[in-house]
Amino acid sequence: MTLAQRGRRVTLVGLALLAGVYVRALVYTPVELHQGPAQKIFYVHVPAAWSAMLAMGLVGLTSILYLLVKDPRYDRFAAASAEVGTAFSLVMLTTGPIWAKPIWGTWWTWDARLTLTLFLFFIFLGYLLLRGAVGEAGLRARYSAVLGICGLVLLPFIHLSVYLFRTLHPQPIVLKPSAPSLPGSMLATLLLSFGVFTVLYLGFVMQRYAIGDGGGGGGDAGSA
Amino acid sequence: MAELLRHAWAIARKDLLLEFRTRTAILSAAVFTALVLVVFNFGRDPTAVPTLTIAPSILWVTFSFAGMVALNRAFQLELENQALDGLLLAPMSRYSLYLGKLAANLVFVAAVETIGLFLFALFFDVPIWRVLEPLVGVIALATVGFIAVGTLFSAMVIRTRFAELMLPVLLLPFLIPPLVWAVQATGALLAARPLSEVTGSLKLLAAYDIVFVALATFLFPATVEQ
Repeated sequence: MTLAQRGRRVTLVGLALLAGVYVRALVYTPVELHQGPAQKIFYVHVPAAWSAMLAMGLVGLTSILYLLVKDPRYDRFAAASAEVGTAFSLVMLTTGPIWAKPIWGTWWTWDARLTLTLFLFFIFLGYLLLRGAVGEAGLRARYSAVLGICGLVLLPFIHLSVYLFRTLHPQPIVLKPSAPSLPGSMLATLLLSFGVFTVLYLGFVMQRYAIGDGGGGGGDAGSA
Repeated sequence: MAELLRHAWAIARKDLLLEFRTRTAILSAAVFTALVLVVFNFGRDPTAVPTLTIAPSILWVTFSFAGMVALNRAFQLELENQALDGLLLAPMSRYSLYLGKLAANLVFVAAVETIGLFLFALFFDVPIWRVLEPLVGVIALATVGFIAVGTLFSAMVIRTRFAELMLPVLLLPFLIPPLVWAVQATGALLAARPLSEVTGSLKLLAAYDIVFVALATFLFPATVEQ
């Protein structure tokens, strides 16, 4: 079985599980007291953000590895991860405002995490644009690795730069020093959703990696 | 180390000499800066927004644009007659090349910013004189980080399609942290707030500079390898 076929299978499993998670979220998970049904978007929004962050982390990591060992497979992986990350960022950036309008009363606010994720999206876009603008495969791989590493280093700074502002965004509810402030059933649904989005990320990246074009329409990102 | 700096100085000197002899780029950048300030003057309603409220934004948007214009030029002139190949053949480290380019860019941008700052004070009647020293410190710290990343990226974009457009697209996200801190610090300074309110921003700016100058220096060789 080729990688593309395996990727398709993983994606199909992921999509089936996603449907399962949503049945669980809508039917078997209690409705949040204050936010009502709007809170259900949480089970897509937060895992999408997780997948986008995972994608950026892996773009940065494989960029470092590429510059160290010059193996074109790392570049191919970074390209695949960046494209999938862009898609997940877009999911996160569209589901966020849909939730924010009824709950916050505004589609958008320049809050710390919103700004951070918006810039995550911009870095992904810049990364893909750069890949598209360089014709030669080896050059493209090196340039995008440099940008991937810089992008990963930039994110903590963006976070720091907006962190000091007052925030509207809900505070962390799972990864925080004290116990998760979420009823068990909601937490279970959220964690399942995280798992499913990770499977989807893997499935998408496998398929994209298998196609193998590093961007720029110039064939395999081989000659480094 | 001494060798590294000596070579870097040679590169910077070459660039600055070239700049000084032609003066086209620096004059264009200065005129551009003046025009951006003029655009700002007409792009706001002076009766609705007090100048002091909008002054930090005017200053920093102008400096961002001016920096971008300056950066586009840095490696562009090495493309002619394959001058970059000559530089790469020279027996010196890639780090020297980067640091030299960075130094030349900083001098160039500092010259443009000096003109910009005076025009800013003149056009908008902003009381910069009593806070000139800390303000120059803020400008210097913010500029170093921005130009460090910009110099790295400008070495890459010259060999891409749509280089002039690619640089701002890649660079502007990297401008945000220094811009946020610089605008906050400038606002506090112009409003005659105590200096202690600015130190937080200055520390963050310095941290950004250290991280990105180091990172860009180490990544630069990857952008010019053959």
